[in-house]
Amino acid sequence: MAEALLEVKDLVKHFPTKSKGMFSKRTGVVKAVDGVSFSIKRGETLGLVGESGCGKSTTGRLILRLIEPTSGEVAFDGTDVRGLGKRDLRALRREMQIVFQDPYASLNPRMTVGQIVGEPLDVHGVPNGGGKQQRIQELLDVVGLSAYHAGRYPHEFSGGQRQRIGIARALAVNPKLIVCDEPVSALDVSIQAQVINLLQDLQANLGLTYLFIAHDLSVVKHISDRVAVMYLGGLVELASKEALYRSPMHPYTQALLSAVPVPDPERKKHRILLEGEIPSPINPPSGCRFHPRCPHAQEICSAEDPAFTEVETGHFIACHRSRERAFRCLSPKGRTVAKRLTTSTLA
Amino acid sequence: MDKPLLEVRNLKTCFYTEDGVVPAIEDVSFSLGKGETIGIVGESGSGKSVTALSVMRLIPYPPGKIECGEIIFKGENLLAKRMDEMRRIRGNDIAMIFQEPMTSLNPVLTVGQQIAEAIQLHQQLGREDARDKAVSMLKSVGIPSPQRRVDDYPHQMSGGMRQRVMIAMALSCNPELLIADEPTTALDVTVQAQILELMMALKDDLGASVMLITHDLGVIAETADRVIVMYAGKVMENAGVKELFRRPAHPYTVGLLGSIPNLDEDRARLQSIDGIVPSPFDMPKGCRFHPRCSLAMDICRNEEPGFVSIADGHDVRCWKYA
Repeated sequence: MAEALLEVKDLVKHFPTKSKGMFSKRTGVVKAVDGVSFSIKRGETLGLVGESGCGKSTTGRLILRLIEPTSGEVAFDGTDVRGLGKRDLRALRREMQIVFQDPYASLNPRMTVGQIVGEPLDVHGVPNGGGKQQRIQELLDVVGLSAYHAGRYPHEFSGGQRQRIGIARALAVNPKLIVCDEPVSALDVSIQAQVINLLQDLQANLGLTYLFIAHDLSVVKHISDRVAVMYLGGLVELASKEALYRSPMHPYTQALLSAVPVPDPERKKHRILLEGEIPSPINPPSGCRFHPRCPHAQEICSAEDPAFTEVETGHFIACHRSRERAFRCLSPKGRTVAKRLTTSTLA
Repeated sequence: MDKPLLEVRNLKTCFYTEDGVVPAIEDVSFSLGKGETIGIVGESGSGKSVTALSVMRLIPYPPGKIECGEIIFKGENLLAKRMDEMRRIRGNDIAMIFQEPMTSLNPVLTVGQQIAEAIQLHQQLGREDARDKAVSMLKSVGIPSPQRRVDDYPHQMSGGMRQRVMIAMALSCNPELLIADEPTTALDVTVQAQILELMMALKDDLGASVMLITHDLGVIAETADRVIVMYAGKVMENAGVKELFRRPAHPYTVGLLGSIPNLDEDRARLQSIDGIVPSPFDMPKGCRFHPRCSLAMDICRNEEPGFVSIADGHDVRCWKYA
């Protein structure tokens, strides 16, 4: 088994909320990320999915220490990222880079593409020696842009091309890990496919490791090796992509998958319609965070927070009812089946 | 056969900008039967929203102008209507749901006031009655404790709730045509599933027709009866939903379907469409899709293709079938 490139353990980020006014007081905390653990192997793509506000982007930023974690461990290639001083942290950033969601907001409009892509080279030095200009041309070429684009400004490019510029910037210093934070969600489908293909080619050619954060389950399935599902600050399920999409175990994953519209009018599928909406992370529900919306919730679910346990090799789930065979065999399709099984297990 | 509820013929809408005249949509024709749902799919800039706004006659003038064409709604040409006549139709016979529930609701009025406004205007109900109707509309779109929520302001509600309010408002006067412009794009999948289910159920109850605009082919597959595919301001393909997904004909439609990763099948690589959508100031000669089309022939570069019918109710604008 390959050694893990990134190891995240009990990662926590609480943002204080303040009351308005001059003498603002701390009034509470938003538990954006609340105890997340996972690891990513070398050369692997781990997909991190969840709905808005579940803390997936915050997790990505915590790993790069773009924001400081409240507690927990992040080990990159054996070194604990948390304890690093400024200089060491900068050296580490050469190894891990990020591609942001919004290709309009994440590129400085006053810098040319050459300056944008070249900036990491100024900060970190050109990898393997060589000239800076040559490296910039190389990078633009790799992401499918032309050398003459280096003199242009971001506004002269379309969304897909801007995202390519963002990718070129991330690649500049030869990183090992790239955190892709919703890299394709702002793009049209035909352009989205181009960028996904590019990311896959780069991974194959450069041996990159990705943490791919997205809300689109189809895209995540396409690009990932393993997938982690996040809900309200915590992971609810983590498994290989095959296992997760074929036999999702957590009720939230099941509902999420059943909600995705499938581009096939002849397949009528049963939806598990969740009731209500995601609760506020300021005041998350007690016990299992999903219990108020869970169709299978029992008494224990509102009392105790379920542990994130491995129920099959490589398949982790945070659910009190994970040990029940009947429940685990539930297919995501059958709403009626689900109901029947629940009542019989309760009886 | 029944007369269609809505028939759009050769619609052309232009925008007069400082840099020149931009035809946002050209030669757009389709018809929509009673109780039918038509899906309009296309990427950004393809003219989907301009088509919807043109039908509502909500194109801001200037800079926009409907140049030519006909919009026949219940046998009458909407383009010949005066503005005050249009105002009576809008919200009453034709209602619209917009993409952004935050920006399309008025932040300084309670949701109840906003729903009641349309009811008072179109149904000639008094204030108390309109308020009661608003409460019952909120209830029918599944908002818990509607008696209380009716006095909420939009910012007190979540995105999904606000979209429910929009639906309540749109359906409050029992419209015959509902235009939904990307109604679920800003929402999470689980909420999207709730909203789509709700919209389609209410549509069936009312027997209304729906024009659903989206870029999501999955949403189209699950809701529409008929689909038109738009690209760079023109309709490229028009077919029944099953036919379109089973036998997509236009190379653009084929490319679009190949571009989306599917939950049900594994593909090593996505089939992408090379290049980008052309700028409206610089439309390619001939077929608008030819610079990105892998099957482009000489004729595609020079002459614009017309519609070819390749099966019953399946039209495609492509030289390949001419």
